[in-house]
Amino acid sequence: MEVVIDAHNITKVYNEKSIPVNAVNGVHLHLERGEFTALVGPSGSGKTTLLNIIGGLDHVSEGQVIINGTDITNMSDNKLIDFRLNNIGFVFQSYNLIPVLTAKENVEFVMLLQKKSKAEREKRVLELLREVGLEDKVNIRPSELSGGQQQRVAVARALASKPQFVLADEPTANLDSKSASNLLDIMARLNKEENMTFIFSTHDQRVIDKARRVITLVDGKVASDEKR
Amino acid sequence: MIAIVAWRNIWRHKIRSLVVILSITVGLWAGVFMIAFSWGMYKQYIRETVDTQLSHLQLHHPGFEDDREVKYLLANNLSMMDDIRKDDRVKAATARTVSTGMISSPTTASGVTINGIFPEEENNVTKLASRIVAGKYLDSAGRSPVLIGKKLAVKLKVNLKNKIILTFQDTTGEIVAGAFRVAGIYQSKNTTLDEMNVYVRSSDLSQLLKVENAVHEIAILLKDDSNVDGVKEKLKEKFPDVAIKTWKELAPELELVINSFNEYMYIFVGIILLALTFGIINTMLMAVLERVREIGMLMAIGMSRVRIFFMIMLETIYLALVGGPLGLLIGYFSVKWTGSAGINISMYSEGLAAWGFSSIVYPELDSSYYLPLTLMTVFTAVLSAIYPAIRALRLKPAEAIRKI
Ligand SMILES: Nc1ncnc2c1ncn2[C@@H]1O[C@H](COP(=O)(O)OP(=O)(O)O)[C@@H](O)[C@H]1O
Ligand SMILES: [Mg+2]
Repeated sequence: MEVVIDAHNITKVYNEKSIPVNAVNGVHLHLERGEFTALVGPSGSGKTTLLNIIGGLDHVSEGQVIINGTDITNMSDNKLIDFRLNNIGFVFQSYNLIPVLTAKENVEFVMLLQKKSKAEREKRVLELLREVGLEDKVNIRPSELSGGQQQRVAVARALASKPQFVLADEPTANLDSKSASNLLDIMARLNKEENMTFIFSTHDQRVIDKARRVITLVDGKVASDEKR
Repeated sequence: MIAIVAWRNIWRHKIRSLVVILSITVGLWAGVFMIAFSWGMYKQYIRETVDTQLSHLQLHHPGFEDDREVKYLLANNLSMMDDIRKDDRVKAATARTVSTGMISSPTTASGVTINGIFPEEENNVTKLASRIVAGKYLDSAGRSPVLIGKKLAVKLKVNLKNKIILTFQDTTGEIVAGAFRVAGIYQSKNTTLDEMNVYVRSSDLSQLLKVENAVHEIAILLKDDSNVDGVKEKLKEKFPDVAIKTWKELAPELELVINSFNEYMYIFVGIILLALTFGIINTMLMAVLERVREIGMLMAIGMSRVRIFFMIMLETIYLALVGGPLGLLIGYFSVKWTGSAGINISMYSEGLAAWGFSSIVYPELDSSYYLPLTLMTVFTAVLSAIYPAIRALRLKPAEAIRKI
């Protein structure tokens, strides 16, 4: 099996206040291509911190992160931006989309940053918007889309750059349960059809139920890791 | 696409962006207009000064320039005049007898320059007749007529036909006095000069000086301003012993006005732009800080710092590129319009009139000024964008995204 994420002994200490906070404490994470993994745990257990580190948004205090064979542990911030562009798809809880661009333009944006040809962009963007069920919202701006629709555009955008994996930090936190399960179904389908690796954090039990692997964090440590 | 994003971004806060655009517009408009206004005013002043006072060129005995004594006469002035008139670049020329002295009325006395003129020629050069407000211009009729300025007439408490006495030195240093009758009262735009100059016939003055055809000064008006230096060179060759001065040399302060006008303009516009800079920085800083999460997201999904910097810069430049040309355009048209209609400042111009400024101003600005003004505006915008753009670059995506 092909390893996508290989993280050893991840430790993150925040020193901003007088008392250091040990947000993540010696976590090992090993993800293979095609996995559909939920990261769960109570608020403050270190989910966001861990995702930021494996997503190349933040640096570790200790440990090592290897993404698809590339060690990003000590990569410079500027190199990381480029690395993220070509290797990682992101879906955040909110503020995912560029408000002044339409759904289509938002998805196209990352491909433009990658300097993909116009023909390739057109084809992939429409294909992805169809996959997430928004072919009729192509020219609509985010403010006119529902929360669920916005997250679906974000998923399409995350896949547009053909990343190694998609990382989603509480993507359903602002959605009603129907939209949440709809979004998860779309992600699960893309996971199967495109063999795209997903890792997402969540609180929501119904979302957890759709995952095929569930990693539970407590106090910055892995409390359980079960495959189903 | 970044260009499109930047363009659309500035319209997210329509009012705020419009305020910036309008302040750039109004700032530049005011700048252009004020510059054109003062240039129009100075230009008219210079025109007026050349056409009614200085003429383009003046010829004197070299000694006369320093101490204006009556003994420094221009010999051969008749043949000189003939030579000068032969040049077809010359529009008109006239000779003058000039003496410094005193004018006395029964009540008071005042120091004056006594100009002995050839009335008709003088009028061709300085249009003196047109400034007569009472009585009549000098002619060959009558005994010893004199023209005095209105302000001087008031000061001396004299009226038309009253007698005044002119006292001055002759060529040997003797004091001579002559009685003259006020034939006319004139008024020019420069009341200060009106008080200091009186006009009599050259022949009358020559007689009192006991010199035949005494001439101290020849004034030449040209058909075209641009020929000044050419004509001067030619006259210099012809009359090597005579001091020849252009109007710029006669009134160096006028040349200073012209030469320093550019600097004055750039300083003036610079101050306006500096004020605008703070407005632009403030607005763009607000635009960056309120979009911290969005910029964090853009960095997270792979938008490089260079591109983010470029995007913020573009947003600022767009604001300037909308507001700047608009301001210049409105400025251009208001200068054009007021430039042909004129602006009457007589309500405020009493003080200025004493210095010879006209009460109707025709604003004017050479079109070559508009490009540098545009470039200065864009440059200012770029400069003011740098700080907000750098602030955007300093954001760390992981922290930016966490911020609510
Ligand atoms: N920038 C930071 N500075 C200091 N402490 C932080 C910072 N970010 C997160 N933390 C702390 O780290 C711990 C883990 O936070 P987080 O990763 O956000 O957990 P979760 O996403 O599971 O809620 C929390 O105790 C939180 O207060
Ligand atoms: Mg979190």
